[in-house]
This record gives sequence, C-alpha cells and structure tokens, in this order.
Amino acid sequence: MVFDQKNIISISDFSKDDIEYILRLSEKMEPIARSKKRSNVLSGKILGMLFYEPSTRTRLSFEAAMKRLGGSTIGFAEANVSSATKGENLTDTVKIVAEYSDAIVIRHNMEGTARFASSVVDVPVINAGDGAGQHPTQTLLDLYSMKRLLGRIDDLHVALIGDLKYGRTVHSLAYALAMFDVKMSFVSPPELEMPRGIVHDLNKVGVSVNETNDIHSVLEDTDVLYVTRIQKERFPDPEEYAKIKGAYMIDKALLEDSDLIVMHPLPRVDEISYDVDNTKYGKYFEQAFYGVPVRMALLKSIIESYEK
Amino acid sequence: MKTPRELKVKPIRNGTVIDHITANKALHVLKILGLPSKEAAVTIAMNVKSAHIGAKDIVKIEGRELQSREVDKIALIAPNATINIVREYEIVGKGKVKLLNNVNGLLICPNPNCITNTNEPVISKFHVIDTEPLMLRCYYCERIMNNKDMETQFKQN
Ligand SMILES: [Zn+2]
Repeated sequence: MVFDQKNIISISDFSKDDIEYILRLSEKMEPIARSKKRSNVLSGKILGMLFYEPSTRTRLSFEAAMKRLGGSTIGFAEANVSSATKGENLTDTVKIVAEYSDAIVIRHNMEGTARFASSVVDVPVINAGDGAGQHPTQTLLDLYSMKRLLGRIDDLHVALIGDLKYGRTVHSLAYALAMFDVKMSFVSPPELEMPRGIVHDLNKVGVSVNETNDIHSVLEDTDVLYVTRIQKERFPDPEEYAKIKGAYMIDKALLEDSDLIVMHPLPRVDEISYDVDNTKYGKYFEQAFYGVPVRMALLKSIIESYEK
Repeated sequence: MKTPRELKVKPIRNGTVIDHITANKALHVLKILGLPSKEAAVTIAMNVKSAHIGAKDIVKIEGRELQSREVDKIALIAPNATINIVREYEIVGKGKVKLLNNVNGLLICPNPNCITNTNEPVISKFHVIDTEPLMLRCYYCERIMNNKDMETQFKQN
C-alpha cells in the first residue's frame, strides 16, 4: 500500500491501512531511535517547530525523531519568545517558517490551527496538538505502544480511565481503536463521562462499549488501563474533587494479581502512584519512548512523499 | 368577499420568486442573500397557508435574477424552497434549492476557540455530514454544528 498523506492533522484522516503502515514503519525505525543503527535519510532536511503552547515532551520527541534521521530543527518553544507577542499573525509566521524548512510541526491553543496552517503553506504540516482538538501523533504512539508491549491491537480489552469528557487524547484514541477488533471500557466519574456523540459513533460501527464508574469492575478482564488526569478545574467543590480523585487513583496495591499494563500520555500529577513505576504494570515511560520511532516514521513518510 | 391572490403578494415583472420557504424564515433567507440591495426591491409574505407544507413564506425580488449557486445557500434553513425566474410576468424557469456538500464563508463556527474566529485570514468552511436533522462539521476545528447553533446565528445582528 502507499501512504500518501501529506499532512498529519487529525486521526480522522487515517484509514486502518494508513495506521498499520505507520506502525510497521515505526518498527523499522526503532533500532535507529535506540541508537543501535544509524540513518541519514533526512540529512540536510530542516523541521520547523512552532510551539505556541509549551509541551516539552512532545517537542523533544519530535526533535529527537528528526535528529535520529540525520535532519535538524529550528523554531520556538513558547509564544512569548516568538514574534506572536509583537502582534505578527500566525499566517505570516507559518509562511515564513515554511520558507526555511522542509516540514512544519505546530502546536497551538486554538482548535483548527494545524488544518489552517496546512492550507497556507506548501510544505507538509504535522499537528502537535490544537487546543481541545486533535493530537494525532499521540494517538499513533499509543497504538504503537500497545502493539509493541502486547504484540497486537486486535482482541485487546482497553479501559480508558479518568476525564473522558474533556480529554482529547481519549477521544482520538477511542476512534482509532474502533478501527480494530477491540473491546473498550470507559471508566469515569459520572460528571466526566465519554461524550454521548462519541459513544453513539462507536456503537454505530459495531464496537461494544462498557461504561462504569467503578475501576475495580474492569481490573480482572482488562489488558490495558489507559489513565488520564482528572483536573481540579472541573470541580468547583475542592472536597468533591478530592473524593473523586481518590477513587480513580492507581497504585501498586490496586493492580496486584491483575494481568494488565498501565499507560498514560504524561505528564502525570498524582493519578498514578510512584510505586507503580518499576513494576511489570507501569509502561508509561516506554510509551513515551515509542513516540520517537512513530514520529520518525511520520517525518520520513511525509517529507519523502512531498519531494516526489 | 374572497380576497384576490394578487393582493397578498404583488406579482413582479422581472426577477425571482422564492416560494415554499419554511414559515417565518423569510428574513433569514434575505440575510443569507444579502437583500434587499440597491438594485433589487423585495416583497415578503410570511406565514401564508400552503397546501403542501401547511404554512410558508414567499420572497419576491424585483429586478434581480438569482443564480442557482447563490440560492442553494438558503437550503440550510429552507430546504423545500423553490425558485421561479420571472420575465415579463411569465415564469421562465423553475427549480428547487439543493443543499451543497460544503458551506463556505456563510456560517460562523460555534466554537469560540476555533481558528476561524480569530483575525487570521481564514474563511469558515463546513461539511454537511447529515441532513435529517441537519448537521455540519467545521473543516478546521471539527466541531459539529446543528440546527440550533445555526438558528441562533441568523437571529444575531
Ligand atoms: Zn471551527
């Protein structure tokens, strides 16, 4: 198959074939990402990085990906060090950086920014998160992590936990998982349930979804616990927040005797206890590493296909 | 005494008659079409009894023949509307409005945090993803816009 996407904006642009192609290519990138092999396929190429909103982990992961393939990066890490504070509009900045680079990665707090950026420049654009919108490279690295850690995506039972209402990561992940033969559980406080529209879409494509408020009820049967943070701002009453937070906290004692892995998009605050880190359950640091080969696969694919 | 039809809405000599507009939507239709304008006089009839759709609105535009492309925009709020082109009091062309797959530049995204609601040079763009009920998706932020969101928009300003 041919992967012919020029821009990486939303997981909804991906077919299952596209996803599988990127996951296969990511596997080939892994030895290079681990510094066991060398590559210069993107030698001489420059990645323009426009991070209007800080995200150290995502930014460094893209930088590592580009450099592992022999390329280099330019850009800024926060809006206040760019000309954005001087009133220059986004359109002009994106167009100028496109003149200097072979591809652009953009992160911004407004939804639709990456799609818009891709419409004003010729070079490929990757969305590294647009407000509450899309963050497709996170979704792809989540899928790749499952495939590498458990050997497959089909037949898995994935439980998404925490803030399912506002969490963009879990929304994209749910849609992407729905392309595979998986079982999903949504575990959240009633106030932060998965939006009805998404559950409806999933049912429509024949995915069976189990919704619950009780984390204990899914532990036995689940392969992946995908944990997200419940933000304080969602609860006006601090006592209520403390109670809810406690009920969805993951620690080693909770996981004992289960046969699952714990994933998290990071950064975490206290939703996963440190005592999980060095157990067979805690896989979130490996998950973070897998972001590098996945982003290498994406950068190689779009830069090479843009040249043709 | 029976009221002659002509008294309800005056016939026009040259121009366009938009009939079968969903009742009480005539003003929204005019807003979408940018009417009335300098060269076109407009007559409106609202809440007229109709054999087909119960009640309807009618808009008559004297002096301007509307192109079907521009009229299709009104399908968003008046999906059953029909277009009649009039020359010398005779109907010379008839057509139905057609909902397009894309609606560009007409609507404002209901998401305040959407890039189209900034002063960047970007024109709003929506894909029609469902018709019954009407649902549109913003091309940029992917937010779904429903009938209700759209109504509030036409009521404003
Ligand atoms: Zn929008």
